[in-house]
Amino acid sequence: MKRCDLAIIGAGPAGMAAAAEAARQGLSVTLLDEQNRPGGQIYREVDRAGGPRGAILGQEYLHGATLTAGLGGAGITHLPGAVVWAIEDGFRISFSRQGRAGQVDADRVVLATGALERPMPVPGWTLPGVMTAGAAQILLKQSGVLPRRAVLAGSGPLLYLIAAQMVRAGTPPLSLVETQTGASPLAAARHLSGALRGWRYLAKGLKMLAEIKRAGVPRYTGATEIAVAGSTAAEAVTFRSKGQAHSIACGTVLLHHGVVPNTQAARSINVPHVWSDAQQCFVPETGKWGETGRDGVLIAGDGAGISGAMAAEYAGRIAALKAAEELGRITAQERDRLAAPLFSRRSRETAVRPFLDAAYPPFAGAVRPADSTIVCRCEEVTAGDIRSYARLGCLGPNQAKAFGRAGMGPCQGRYCGLTVTALLAEANGQTPDETGYYRIRPPIKPVTLGELAAMENLSANAAE
Amino acid sequence: MKTDSPFLELADDAPRVRVWFDGLPLDLPAGANLAAALLAAGVQVFRHTPVSGAPRAPFCMMGACFECLVETGGRVQQACMLEVEEDMKIARPHEAEAGNETL
Repeated sequence: MKRCDLAIIGAGPAGMAAAAEAARQGLSVTLLDEQNRPGGQIYREVDRAGGPRGAILGQEYLHGATLTAGLGGAGITHLPGAVVWAIEDGFRISFSRQGRAGQVDADRVVLATGALERPMPVPGWTLPGVMTAGAAQILLKQSGVLPRRAVLAGSGPLLYLIAAQMVRAGTPPLSLVETQTGASPLAAARHLSGALRGWRYLAKGLKMLAEIKRAGVPRYTGATEIAVAGSTAAEAVTFRSKGQAHSIACGTVLLHHGVVPNTQAARSINVPHVWSDAQQCFVPETGKWGETGRDGVLIAGDGAGISGAMAAEYAGRIAALKAAEELGRITAQERDRLAAPLFSRRSRETAVRPFLDAAYPPFAGAVRPADSTIVCRCEEVTAGDIRSYARLGCLGPNQAKAFGRAGMGPCQGRYCGLTVTALLAEANGQTPDETGYYRIRPPIKPVTLGELAAMENLSANAAE
Repeated sequence: MKTDSPFLELADDAPRVRVWFDGLPLDLPAGANLAAALLAAGVQVFRHTPVSGAPRAPFCMMGACFECLVETGGRVQQACMLEVEEDMKIARPHEAEAGNETL
């Protein structure tokens, strides 16, 4: 059994920065990541995205290469393509990699599992051709592939980013259908002082909007009743805006109304979570270092609450310093001295968040979908089904599984959990905290018997 | 390569290799993300759901949603977590026995 000081799960900005900082402080680090190359989703394939793709994606994306470069140092064992399926006390981490299961033991764990798209259940969202905006980003970053006839629907800065990148690539979206109303920017105005501290992000947003406008991409705001039409694939987006019904024929629909922490790994080891009204999702309870209610488990980056890539980088380093201090490699005084500039840079990065959260709230029509809309994609359970379970006395998401298998398909509730909580909370007149969330149990990703049969300890793997 | 793909591919000099999807030959960039390469080649339906038989295709592209499941190498796997390899034989899950002789 391979043993290390610190196991880090996820090689996005938080995980990569944590690995480099921990190694700098003398810790032995194992960095496990599902993807074959480091970067996470935000810096996906950054080491191979030179030339025109790099120009389309921009400088902030290319910054990720400074983090991937930090993984080659002594003390870091990077295991790409490692799908973690269990974390046990001790800590023992089990994963699948190249057709075999493996395990690694660690004294401390940093979860850097990042974000998922907030589920956006609208009629037709399960049709081929409907993807998340994040998926379009990944297609571009990793594969240089862009949809030719796309409509972007929802809200938030990521829609502007992907639209601007499509413009730069010469295939602008057909239309931008935005759900935020005129009221949301007003509600957001009270956060403007914070946003001004994060002025760089606002300037970037305005620049992207100008780019989209220059390309002649039509924008609709205050959209309601968004639906995707089509029989075997997406053929059009329909919606209402400013009292008018619209239908836009298209080949691809990209949905987005924010991202939420990917909490599967944290929940699987019973890290306490709490509902965030500001971000309209559950977040793990963490302290300023990323420490959790589970001793030895730290969470860094968007997995601890959405703060963006730069904040994630600082949070990763902060968590690594905490782990180094707990394991006796540095004193508390050294930890505090090294962390001080990181805390102040992180707070500068997160200053814009309250403004963004208020300006681009989730799409109400997808938070409380119509009865006929599928909410659990895997098991094809509708919003009406969930409401009917509540009428029969179903109080929480775990009971909903027994009523109709919601959350029991292969995605393990990743794309329905928040919706099911919201529907049950509303139907039962309870808060999201009272309603709770799915109980997440290992294996948190599928593992085959063949992989288990081929299990080897890591020291044997390392000899390859 | 189909010309009616809803996706545009930026210039790519990766050598193409022959793979088979549902019995049809496709020439995809070697080493490319399988889900992305199939989409770019014009494949729209990756699988049908076990519950209602509804068509599905990649949704998240990051290994979380399991919508892009395909059958290859004797296993049902996420296409977005695989890379294109020469002579890969890919089928819609559990449809291989339903009339596809090449698999």
